[in-house]
Amino acid sequence: MSTSSGILGFQPVVLWTDALLFVLVALALLSALRARTQAPLRAAWRKVGRRPAGMAAATVLLAFLAVGLVDSLHYRPLLPAVERGAGAGAEAGSAPAAPVLSTEVLSALDALLAPLRVRTEKTYSAPFAWTLYQRETVETAAGGQVREYPRLAHGAAHLGADPAAARAGDVGLRVGKALVQAALAWLFAFLVLASLVWRGSGLRWGEVALAILAGRTVLAWRAALVTLAALLAVVAVCVELAPLYHVLGTDKVGQDVLYLALKSVRTALVIGTLTTLVMMPFAVALGIAAGYLGGWVDDAVQYVYTVLNAIPGVLLIAAAVLMMQVVIDTHPQWFDTAAERSDARLLALCFILGITSWTGLARLLRGETLKLRELEYVQAARAFGVRTPAILRRHILPNLMHIVLIALVMDFSGLVLAEAVLSYVGIGVDPSTISFGTMINMARAELAREPMVWWSLAAAFAFMFVLVLAANLFADVVRDAFDPRRA
Amino acid sequence: MLAYLLRRLLYAVPILIGVNLLTFVLFFVVNSPDDMARMHIGVKRATPEAIERWKAERGYDRPMFLNDAASGSARFTETIFFDKSLRMFALEFGRADDGRDIGQEIRDRMGPSLAIALPTFLLSLAVSISFALLLVFFRATYLDFWGVVLCVAMMSISSLFYIIGGQWLVSKLWALVPISGYAPGLDAARFLVLPVLISVIAGIGSSARWYRTIFLEEISKDYVRTARAKGLSELAVLFRHVLRNALIPILTGVVVVIPLLFMGSLLVESFFAIPGLGSYTIDAINAQDFAVVRAMVFIGSVLYIVGLMLTDLSYTLADPRVRLQ
Repeated sequence: MSTSSGILGFQPVVLWTDALLFVLVALALLSALRARTQAPLRAAWRKVGRRPAGMAAATVLLAFLAVGLVDSLHYRPLLPAVERGAGAGAEAGSAPAAPVLSTEVLSALDALLAPLRVRTEKTYSAPFAWTLYQRETVETAAGGQVREYPRLAHGAAHLGADPAAARAGDVGLRVGKALVQAALAWLFAFLVLASLVWRGSGLRWGEVALAILAGRTVLAWRAALVTLAALLAVVAVCVELAPLYHVLGTDKVGQDVLYLALKSVRTALVIGTLTTLVMMPFAVALGIAAGYLGGWVDDAVQYVYTVLNAIPGVLLIAAAVLMMQVVIDTHPQWFDTAAERSDARLLALCFILGITSWTGLARLLRGETLKLRELEYVQAARAFGVRTPAILRRHILPNLMHIVLIALVMDFSGLVLAEAVLSYVGIGVDPSTISFGTMINMARAELAREPMVWWSLAAAFAFMFVLVLAANLFADVVRDAFDPRRA
Repeated sequence: MLAYLLRRLLYAVPILIGVNLLTFVLFFVVNSPDDMARMHIGVKRATPEAIERWKAERGYDRPMFLNDAASGSARFTETIFFDKSLRMFALEFGRADDGRDIGQEIRDRMGPSLAIALPTFLLSLAVSISFALLLVFFRATYLDFWGVVLCVAMMSISSLFYIIGGQWLVSKLWALVPISGYAPGLDAARFLVLPVLISVIAGIGSSARWYRTIFLEEISKDYVRTARAKGLSELAVLFRHVLRNALIPILTGVVVVIPLLFMGSLLVESFFAIPGLGSYTIDAINAQDFAVVRAMVFIGSVLYIVGLMLTDLSYTLADPRVRLQ
């Protein structure tokens, strides 16, 4: 490891949640490949694609997923060798000291957002402000003291002596420039998309392009393109302005709120997806076993999930999280870095949420299996002497996958919302993990300030609302497409 | 029916034992009392004597299952398992970390919790069902479509924002009611209006949408067509026929939570500083008072089982065809 870090200048770190997230993405790709070869699955996904709400929501979700995945590539940078070498500098020619890794774990997103991460202010500042939000006592050149709003170290620092006059023009100019860039990027995306749709369609390119714009294509490409345009505009404006201003202001310790909001996306995605991923094997195995085998297996599984159901969810989560906290706190030797510890806590939270929520899915699967096992083709398979594992794999499981998929997408938004509430209650993610819950938690105290600090809360609200709304819309469309009862 | 209820009560026993065992495993086997003591005192100050004292104060210094030092039945009763877990069946919860009796505290705090949970429950039931019926009345129109869009949008907002936004708007900006607090007696109304209102609004989105699907399923049935054919107005059809027939799925989801209303709401009570069981639980979680959390888990599951039995009973009231035996 040290050799690779010597060459790269950093050492890759794979946290547990990173690995699981990428496993999930790989699984999704694999099932997508499989879905291409199977007519019913392809038809169902086409149904999703035909709904404008589905395409628009999918576009937004993909954007969030991209942010989350980039944020899941972690590494530990090397510390600059200067300070350590200073004392030993006289011994020229001695072997260079082994590089020392920073204890701080960064992600690729941190590297991309370095200007946002590094350029912290002293404390609160409003969006696009050039001064701090509160007065401070400043020494004047004459030796006296005045109370004034000090200039920000980074925000709007490029504006020179009179920011009040220059800011509106500067922001307007940059927004205009950003929008032009966004339009060009969108045009490029449109050309690529139109060409892809055109290939093999047998029509002229212009006809295809017009059909897309008029919304006459089979898949709702227009909805996706409109959403993409809005996304690109927002992203371009942020890319243009964020290095110069604090677009969403700064928080109590002067961190850029936009940076915090973007970092929160990964936590939300991890909780929303990994919870279902880790509980799925239990739910599927137990649900099928209870439904297909019946008898004492059924009794046992039903007993287990009745017991788990009987405990109010929040209390079970609270009890489990408290206990997990004790385990983590009493075993500090398990973790090399603070990031690994908070990651372990995040993963444990996913497991705990999964344990409390698998019962619903297991019950659905049990019911469906009960129905399936009496169908003719399953009975025929049994009569032909096909073994039970083979029947389960070939005949039962594939016919249950739509329930699993629906559960996966339906649970996502609820889990993202739950994370915020749990973190507020104090049984959520580690306080050092940036998440919507911790953001709201901090912002809550700020509302009582006079004048009010509203921007952290507004940022968390906006990001969460867009993410959860997209997830809700997508879940509805997927359920409509895959649930045979809603056909 | 009595025999049925008795049988259900008997079924409840293994479930409660399961809950009890699960909490016992969670609180005492996953972590030893030593771990908890160390965490509570603080790792740096945790000398062996301090740990022993902490455990003795709370009765955690006994053996887990079998007390060899005692004789007779005390061999089993003077253990952590008996003292902390089995005593709960007699509703003896012991003392919290601050030395107060948990049972007494729960009795005191039930009132404020109910004062907020009961109006919220009734009001949101009425509002959501009316809203859903309204959407069904205007089904397949733009009103229905935008109503559903509104529901989905409202579902997508975290309840934290409803509370924070409501407090800010009503209490701070308009200064209509106090931001938080509680007073006994009739004075409480002043403090309860806002939390009840906010909880109702926060819940409309998901519940109205759920009721709407139930009603839509019901409305495509034959008896509805018959009712319309004999000339009933659409309102009469909806309220007299569809609503009554949709009661069974509604009761399934609703009745089970009625007993749990006693537990109050964690979020609302803590934001509005209402001295109910919800804020009690939250304080216990934050102070890592394991005894209180354990007691609340047990009570919660008892109430859940009561809720399941009430659900069965309510079926017989809603639908004379249902017989419990």
